Amino acid sequence: MSLKGYKDLPEGGVIPERGNSVLYKTGEWRSMKPVYYPEGCVHCLLCWAFCPEPAIKVENGRMLGIDYDHCKGCGICARECPRKEKALQMVRE
Amino acid sequence: MASLKELSALPEVLAPGHRLCAGCGAPIVVRMITRAAKGPLVVANATGCLEVSTTIYPYTSWNTPWIHTAFENAAATASGVEAAYHALKRRGKVDKDINIVVFGGDGGTYDIGFQSLSGAMERNHKLVYVCYDNGAYMNTGIQRSSATPKGANTTTSPVGKVSYGKRENRKDLTEIMAAHNIPYAAQVSPSHWNDLYQKAEKAFAANGAAFINAFAPCPRGWRHDTKDTIEICRLAVDTCFWPLYEVVDGKYRVTYKPREKKPVTEFLKAQGRFSHLFQPGNEEVLEAIQKEVDRKWEELLKLEELSNS
Amino acid sequence: MALETKQVAMTGNEAVANAIKQINPDVIAAYPITPQTDIVQYYSSFVADGQVDTQMVTVESEHSAMSATIGASAAGARAMTATSSQGLALMHEMLHIASGFRLPIVMPVVNRAVSAPINIHCDHSDTMAALTTGWLQIYSENAQEAYDNVIQAMRIAEDPRVRLPVMVCYDGFITSHAVENLFLLPDETVKQFVGEYNPKHTLFDFDSPVTFGPLVLPDYFSEIKAQEADAMRAAKEVILEIAEEFAKISGRKYGYYEGYHLEDAERVIVVLSSTAGTAKEVVDELRAQGEKVGLMKPRVIRPFPAEEFVKALSGAKVVAVMDRAETFSTQGGQLFTELRAAFYEAPTKPLMRNYIFGLGGRDTTTAEIRRVFEDLKKDQERGSVDRKVTHLDVRV
Ligand SMILES: Cc1ncc(C[n+]2csc(CCOP(=O)(O)OP(=O)(O)O)c2C)c(N)n1
Ligand code: SF4
Ligand code: SF4
Ligand code: SF4
Ligand SMILES: [Mg+2]
Repeated sequence: MSLKGYKDLPEGGVIPERGNSVLYKTGEWRSMKPVYYPEGCVHCLLCWAFCPEPAIKVENGRMLGIDYDHCKGCGICARECPRKEKALQMVRE
Repeated sequence: MASLKELSALPEVLAPGHRLCAGCGAPIVVRMITRAAKGPLVVANATGCLEVSTTIYPYTSWNTPWIHTAFENAAATASGVEAAYHALKRRGKVDKDINIVVFGGDGGTYDIGFQSLSGAMERNHKLVYVCYDNGAYMNTGIQRSSATPKGANTTTSPVGKVSYGKRENRKDLTEIMAAHNIPYAAQVSPSHWNDLYQKAEKAFAANGAAFINAFAPCPRGWRHDTKDTIEICRLAVDTCFWPLYEVVDGKYRVTYKPREKKPVTEFLKAQGRFSHLFQPGNEEVLEAIQKEVDRKWEELLKLEELSNS
Repeated sequence: MALETKQVAMTGNEAVANAIKQINPDVIAAYPITPQTDIVQYYSSFVADGQVDTQMVTVESEHSAMSATIGASAAGARAMTATSSQGLALMHEMLHIASGFRLPIVMPVVNRAVSAPINIHCDHSDTMAALTTGWLQIYSENAQEAYDNVIQAMRIAEDPRVRLPVMVCYDGFITSHAVENLFLLPDETVKQFVGEYNPKHTLFDFDSPVTFGPLVLPDYFSEIKAQEADAMRAAKEVILEIAEEFAKISGRKYGYYEGYHLEDAERVIVVLSSTAGTAKEVVDELRAQGEKVGLMKPRVIRPFPAEEFVKALSGAKVVAVMDRAETFSTQGGQLFTELRAAFYEAPTKPLMRNYIFGLGGRDTTTAEIRRVFEDLKKDQERGSVDRKVTHLDVRV
């Protein structure tokens, strides 16, 4: 990748962008990954509330699954899920 | 009381792709607190894990205007932002009502940033200062701070032949902030998300400076499994190591009283940084820690009683 | 056009406070320190009397003063502060951040010796220690210049080609506290001259949010610094443009330096700020006796107008650079070493020697300046300087 020359960069080291870190895929860090089983899910959204990334996809108040591009595999979601193994399970990558 | 469903519909201030460790407590705090701002939000950040990991050039994880200047001065920087807001509003250059939140680690808040925080609170700028307290200088490699609990093994309070880790008790910063007679001060934990969210709402609505001390586990520095971050928060609250309370215009309210107060050892033994305390010979240290937790908890209950009578 | 000005008797600090009042910045965050204190006090009463509508932040330290000024400036406000000595030293960390962020902050600095030993009087050890912080530095001989420089600095700092912070320096007590006659411009003229501040990025732009102060690693850091260096280069030209515009509203002309009987001078003293006033007297005296002596008073030393300084001194045979601060390099003061380095490529070089003088407010009298010219004369006759660095006024 060729990086921009100094005259083409914004002044003062500012980043005039909104949340462009989504382009950076932290999913590669993972050694364990959460697997989602929608049939066991009660959409309590605790997994979403506790995910540090955020890497739990939610729409209209419903859990939609995992954003594997960014999920680091911490396991908080699976551990805190009230449905435990029925909705979220950690497995080796 | 908001539901998670409602909260999930509010804008996400922190984008994924940041490089905080897996299981880090700080972003969980950030995500929940910033939701309570409702409306335009400017974030000021002190140097530390949260700051470096969320803004590695040319990437930023912030979906809202954000500023970091240095380590010890996030409160002063935000004071300037707030002053600019008043000036520009008066001169018709800004029309919106805005919110300002500051995030600083315990090092940037209890220690090196203590003076600038005290100044900003005394001047009663309308801003919410949030300390994400992970009990050490994590960004530079787990050195002790004045927020590090007694007995913790850190790289500058290491366990050794004649050392059981940090010797001193924590500085009680929430109390010190309350003593600034600011409109709102509170202590929160991400495990109790609803309590946290409600306090954040009150902080943003306060008529002046607000301070929130947020418990923020660091799996790397505390040496616990990444999945246990929230569970450790719960243990901190249930052992009364980290009481949840607020001080509104001088009135204390303990917002959560565990039905059964757990022994502090349950909190301690979940973390590698305290594992040496469970070796023979350190019984007295454990006892002293328990005694201090009890004393502080009793004191807090008394303050609640006194300030409301 | 007849220029509208008003003659007043004021101290330097009062004059500067009035310049700031006429600029009426959005935000001032400041902390008192002798000999800057009056500026903060004057300004507080302007605010209290409703003469300005600046938002004033009475911070708890200079570190916070600069931090709050930076926060305000990044938010899109025209923001200022002022300081001296220990205060400047305390904000040193933040000086780099103001310039690194490319924020057009203007800061009067009332020069005072830096402790230890503690001392409240003038020397230049405070601002000399800030030469590498990415701020422009403009020095003023007297209250009039301090006033004029503050107004010009605002325009220079905010020029889109520059966008760098500026220190306007003047001598503690000598200039800050002495009452002088000077001309103030009408409020409206200053208002027109400084115009509106149009920041490029601000924290209050919620439609396109900006991240200020990210972690920049080796892959981009040099580029950001190269931009800053370019801006400092561009400032050179801007300084003259603004000076020319300022001359139109004030009748007072400014450049990179002021030359006094420089054209045919063989022996020249180079000195900053108020001491130049004393030196001018001696030059007049010696000129009356037919001596070919002159003076160069640099006004701007960041950026360092090396070519112009060299050109100005190209006819001189012997030059004494007088530094009001030690560097402890054992090779002379800052101004001396930079000026001497500037001559490295010059086809002809004058002899050059350095005097460290006036530390901690020690008075520099016409007698001492005369002594310097006498030394220069001997050097000229000898064809060499007998001593590179001299502490001018130290008892032995
Ligand atoms: C003036 C100054 N001193 C020291 C440092 C080095 N430093 C950077 S972050 C940090 C520790 C941060 O600790 P804390 O505030 O608790 O945040 P954490 O990293 O734990 O999230 C230190 C010591 C610095 N950046 N600036
Ligand atoms: S925590 Fe479990 S049950 Fe609740 S939304 Fe997530 S996956 Fe579904
Ligand atoms: S494993 Fe961790 S990072 Fe991944 S979705 Fe669950 S909580 Fe988020
Ligand atoms: S070191 Fe600790 S605080 Fe820092 S990012 Fe990692 S887990 Fe979070
Ligand atoms: Mg910390």
